[in-house]
Amino acid sequence: MAGARPAYPVLTLLPGLEIAFRVEPLGALFAALASLLWLLNTVYSIGYMRGNREQNQTRFYVLFAVALSATIGIAFASNLLTLFLFYEVLTLSTYPLVAHKGDAKSVASARVYLGVLLATSIGLLLPAIVWTWRTAGTLDFTPGGILDGHVGGLATGLLLAFYVFGTGKAALMPVHRWLPAAMVAPTPVSALLHAVAVVKAGVFVVTKVIIYIFGIDFLRTQGSADWLLYAAGFTMVAASVVALRQENLKRLLAYSTVAQLSYVTLAAALFRPVSETGAALHIASHGLGKITLFFAAGSIYTAARKTEISQLDGIGRRMPWTCAAFAVGALAMIGLPPTAGFVSKWQILVGSLQSGQHFAVLVIILSTAITSAYFMPILHRVWFRSEPTGPRVDCREAPLPIVLALTTTALLTVAFFFVHPPILEFAWQMFSTNARP
Amino acid sequence: MWPEQLPALAVAVPLACAPVAALLRTGLPAWTVATVASVASFAFAVLLAGSVGGLDELSYAVGSWPVPYGIELRITSFSALLLLIITGASSAALLAGRHSLETEVAAPRHPFFYAAWLLVLGGLIGIVVSGDAFNIFVFMEVSSLATYILVAGGSNPRALPAVFKYLVMGTIGATFYLIGVGLIYMMTGTLNLADMGTRIHDVADLKPILAAVGFVTIGLILKAGLFPLHVWLPNTYAWSPHIVTAFIAACSAKVSLYVLLRFDFMVFQGSLVDHQLQFSGFLMPLAVLAILVASGVAMAEGNLKRLLAYSSVAQIGYVVLGASLMTASGLTAGIIHMFNHALAKGAMFLAVAGIAIRITSLRLEDLAGIGRLMPWSTAAFMLAALSLIGIPGTAGFVSKWYLISAALDAGTVGVALVVVIVASSLMTVAYIWRIAETMYFRAPLDNAAGVRDAPPWMLGVLWVVALANVWFGLLPGIPLVLSADAAATLLGHLP
Repeated sequence: MAGARPAYPVLTLLPGLEIAFRVEPLGALFAALASLLWLLNTVYSIGYMRGNREQNQTRFYVLFAVALSATIGIAFASNLLTLFLFYEVLTLSTYPLVAHKGDAKSVASARVYLGVLLATSIGLLLPAIVWTWRTAGTLDFTPGGILDGHVGGLATGLLLAFYVFGTGKAALMPVHRWLPAAMVAPTPVSALLHAVAVVKAGVFVVTKVIIYIFGIDFLRTQGSADWLLYAAGFTMVAASVVALRQENLKRLLAYSTVAQLSYVTLAAALFRPVSETGAALHIASHGLGKITLFFAAGSIYTAARKTEISQLDGIGRRMPWTCAAFAVGALAMIGLPPTAGFVSKWQILVGSLQSGQHFAVLVIILSTAITSAYFMPILHRVWFRSEPTGPRVDCREAPLPIVLALTTTALLTVAFFFVHPPILEFAWQMFSTNARP
Repeated sequence: MWPEQLPALAVAVPLACAPVAALLRTGLPAWTVATVASVASFAFAVLLAGSVGGLDELSYAVGSWPVPYGIELRITSFSALLLLIITGASSAALLAGRHSLETEVAAPRHPFFYAAWLLVLGGLIGIVVSGDAFNIFVFMEVSSLATYILVAGGSNPRALPAVFKYLVMGTIGATFYLIGVGLIYMMTGTLNLADMGTRIHDVADLKPILAAVGFVTIGLILKAGLFPLHVWLPNTYAWSPHIVTAFIAACSAKVSLYVLLRFDFMVFQGSLVDHQLQFSGFLMPLAVLAILVASGVAMAEGNLKRLLAYSSVAQIGYVVLGASLMTASGLTAGIIHMFNHALAKGAMFLAVAGIAIRITSLRLEDLAGIGRLMPWSTAAFMLAALSLIGIPGTAGFVSKWYLISAALDAGTVGVALVVVIVASSLMTVAYIWRIAETMYFRAPLDNAAGVRDAPPWMLGVLWVVALANVWFGLLPGIPLVLSADAAATLLGHLP
């Protein structure tokens, strides 16, 4: 699809407002990522759900499929209304997945999850969309944006704030609380939904709104939109600091996700084509790395029933595949070659330097340092500490589907580093001037 | 030809069938008569909705006495929409409700009960099609008196004090309306609404007319249950037989609002100086209070039906809020919300009726875990609840979208209204989720073990209504066109 933008109108909801789909590079990349990882995640789920004898497996798989459809709907939405429709479907279909266990703790966490996501989307995103509709007269994602000339001054920054905080799934502080809460879900849910589909839907929406609703050329001229860069930078550093102090492995990964999502927001907030492609790449590369990490965490839980970092001494010798994959994921988070994280981080750094935003460069360096500070000790613990003495726990590698899935994602994380040029090229097409159909 | 007789048939069929139902000896034939009459009026309503287009008004002179001397029936897009709501709600409730009624109403009373039901139906239809202020009053009394019977017809003794309160307040409301109409008649010499609107220009002394405005408005908002005159509503909804709640909660308050809007726009708006300002200045604060206070109360309420009743008080506030903006988009929002709220609340009360067949107490804690025991009823309930919240893809979203758009058009006040609308949506999320968590994530009570889902026939009807919420959420064409035309018709009376 060299420059083509195939479109599929489905039905007209209100006069001038359609439910319609259109394929464009950013969405195609996101959809490809989500569906690819969904396949791997399904393999993984089979091992995990059976291995842990979870209840209500049918409901689980049905809702998982609904959630993925909603994600694809978000990816291919051709206007904000369609996007909002699937955004809410995604929230509602993942709510029972988060509360899957049904005990008091997971119900309470699911309440936070649903509360934050619904409150932000109804309270801010919907008014933002209606506002856009009233001022611009359209909601279609249009290259170059639709708001130029319709809003200005402080209103631009305010509307941007409505969009960014309204998209609770992007987890910009202070609306990030739902993500750590969602970690009570079974690990495949955390892995696919809260490392890939749901959170990436959030930053995808933010990026898409910045590129196709506001337009980066327009936002660059609007001083009132600059706050986003600083908010994202703050979240990057603050979430990393919080991650440093986590004892529970999944919660640490959750806060690491909050920080990594803000890389995408930060990249998008630089309003440069280079950084926007960096944002697109980071959606993919972080997705690959983080799903690997969650797969590894779930694998350790399934095989050894361990959830806390302090329990992981020397487990690398018992579960070599899992821990090797974990190491690959951790390197991707830090952004070291040869992993996917390096490629996207490089792109974002180039964007920051190009735009002369020293603040962005600074927070990226700072956050990278903290990320190493919380991942490196875990790697050291897993591989180099000796196992605790006392009653020996006899555990071996997790069931085959789990190992298969996490090895594949780890390989993909590495492969991304080597084969990224065509993907980068593809992402660049967001800004190509090819005529729309 | 008979299509011209449709306005008359829509009223006459239920009213004529009422004595037939009363004369029958047992419940089943009476139910059949009532259901057939109700479905027939639904069919008439569909045909009427198809035949009024745009700003056309269909006028029917009863007994061929020329208007304005004879009685006029007048069908506009607005009345067609209301007819769809009333007859649809009645048909769905009757179709679904036989089993539920059998558990609540003593068998010998069934024929009378169905007769009263048909009187309510005929009365409400009569109010909507009537183009004559006094006939509206007559039909209002017919439907109100019969409603008292329906509400008190069940076996729950708590319905009696509730219905007494309803009766007293309803009578005051109707009397106020009558006094207002009397004053206008005194000054203009006519009872025909359209005629009143033209003759009122010639009235020299406007004081009686201004008094009439007050009486009519207060009387009608009392009957509509707008805050703070809503106090009769929660207990009436809560202690009625469940299937009666499904019927009246979907339509009766809306009919009073319909009369208020129609009366006000046809008679007062065009002829009184500054009346528009007074209309919105009076109703908008009440609507905002209704939305916020009632949603707040619903968040704390422990009985499912009372909770939903308070939610209805808030939703009436939405309709009035849209109307009080006095713009085409605001009126469209308010009017389409009548339709969408009827769909959502109707489905929710039908689901409650289904649940109540198996579980007698409707306190929230007694409904713990029924999501597992009665999956179909609770799923339909939740689907309709999403529509009540206004999740995209459901009917409620369409009205919320229009309401927020209309509010944003209204300048600074509008921004404050958007905050109100958004805040109350979040309160709706809060009280719905309290129900959802109770139903799905608490362990079922011991005495609920072995509870089965509602009867299949009832579930079928329930799901048709619940899925209508999705249907009209994705394809809102019909109610949207009718509401937009209704708004345009109302605004057409402005100078």
